[in-house]
Amino acid sequence: MTKILVIAEHLDGKLNGSTARAVSAAMATNPETIDVLVLSDTPEAVAAEASKIQGVSKVLTVARAENGHAVAAVLAPQIAKAAAGYSHVFAPSTTFGKDLTPRVAALLGVSQVSDVMTVGGTHTFTRPIYAGNAIITVEVDPATIVVATIRTASWPMAGSTGAAPVEAVNLDVEIPTHTRFISLQQGKSDRPDLQGAAKVVSGGRGVGSKENFDIVYKFADKIGAAVGASRAAVDAGYVPNEMQVGQTGKIIAPELYIAIGISGAIQHLTGIKDAGTIVAINKDGEAPIFEIADIGLVGDLFKILPELEAVLG
Amino acid sequence: MKILVGYKRVVDYNVRIQVKPDGSGVVTDGVKLSANPFDDIALEEALRLREKGVADEVIVVGIGPADLTAHLRNGLAMGANRAIHVQTADAVSSLTAARTLLKLVEKEQPGLVILGKQAIDDDANQTGQMLAALWDRPQATFAGKVEVADGKVTVIREVDAGLETLEADLPAVITTDLRLNEPRFIKLPDIMKAKSKPIDVIEISSLGVDAADHIKTTHYAAPPKRGRGVMVKDAAELVAALKQKGLL
Repeated sequence: MTKILVIAEHLDGKLNGSTARAVSAAMATNPETIDVLVLSDTPEAVAAEASKIQGVSKVLTVARAENGHAVAAVLAPQIAKAAAGYSHVFAPSTTFGKDLTPRVAALLGVSQVSDVMTVGGTHTFTRPIYAGNAIITVEVDPATIVVATIRTASWPMAGSTGAAPVEAVNLDVEIPTHTRFISLQQGKSDRPDLQGAAKVVSGGRGVGSKENFDIVYKFADKIGAAVGASRAAVDAGYVPNEMQVGQTGKIIAPELYIAIGISGAIQHLTGIKDAGTIVAINKDGEAPIFEIADIGLVGDLFKILPELEAVLG
Repeated sequence: MKILVGYKRVVDYNVRIQVKPDGSGVVTDGVKLSANPFDDIALEEALRLREKGVADEVIVVGIGPADLTAHLRNGLAMGANRAIHVQTADAVSSLTAARTLLKLVEKEQPGLVILGKQAIDDDANQTGQMLAALWDRPQATFAGKVEVADGKVTVIREVDAGLETLEADLPAVITTDLRLNEPRFIKLPDIMKAKSKPIDVIEISSLGVDAADHIKTTHYAAPPKRGRGVMVKDAAELVAALKQKGLL
């Protein structure tokens, strides 16, 4: 009997869209139940959002002060306890899920399947290795609980027409005090969120400087896009780390991805290969990105971006 | 205090990986192997903590076949005091690695274990978290900055929303992200010095590690190819193409 527990990701009282993607993956196993677990100090608002996700049978809330921030050492023992009776535990493969879920797996005594791309049955999955240059099929021993993180770019968000009941649970679990949240410095932006945006414009080393990145921001704002960056641009200090797209940054799947001054290293491509349409603008016609771009334009980005804005009017 | 550093040997990040035509694996014969880049960062951080006087001994740990020695010597050349080579001919899952490291932790009693956040071959991103769980100690993953003082470590973590600061009591597990530091180059005199530093070789079976894995890899495939698209010659053509696709 397939019963899946999906761990909800949320911040500042808002449910993260990654949760609905994890539910899509759960649905692909054809389960009997999908329950969403919300751990928070005040879970009501997030639980209400989660209850609308199509496919969810029930939302379980665990309210305690210690759950005010997602500290893995605090959440993991609660999830391990709550997982009793479930055949699968899923979490999105975001920094939240990547940090937390392996700790849950170890507490349950099992290995974890990271970054599930496709579901082939209740215990068969595919996932990327070598920066996505190989895709492996893995089979989990059916006698053990499946613990997996879901590669969000591979899954659509489940619809929001559901109306699942919300139930508070009390878990008798000892919470460690050895790890304490101090602060979160968030990038402030009115732009769309990079992880889920339909349009993304990214800048690479070719942009040249932090100041020059304004030209990328301006173009992104013109078309209502989120802004990302290659690792090279982040390392060079042009933009903050949360804008990094690639193997060790965010894996995204926008409908439109415009790569500006990005050469197209394998590690960057793995972050964008599920994008609908990839556009590349680079002054080097030999740049590897042109090998996979759907539309390529060789030229000077400092000339082209203003021209694009002019054409768009 | 001691710092244990996981030092995995992986296919070099510059190598363009080929999947074997029969789907049984990736081609590794004759392919360049290097230290996992995140593990070099882990080792560098440990060395800096030793140089600051926070730690007095840095131990690199490798889990793998007999020929791992040269790789561990590189870790010693970079500056580690000694190495532990847990010998096994089998593939090592993250859980097995975590269980193995726990055995070493119980023996060595380090104040910190620093691991790379993920290995660039399996991209699992699990071992540090699993070790912390089994050890019942804090984990601070994706570290961009590490500061140790008064038996505590303060770590700034690179997360999706930005930068998160965590404080943890020692002993703890840290996993490194890319921007934590830039690893030093190995200098020739250090390579010579490394030859006399000790490498303890332990058979994995002697540690009594439960190596049961529960996950089998049954097939390897090349990713679906995104082919080359069309080239446009100017901004106007690009906009027209995107409008035609309904994207702008």
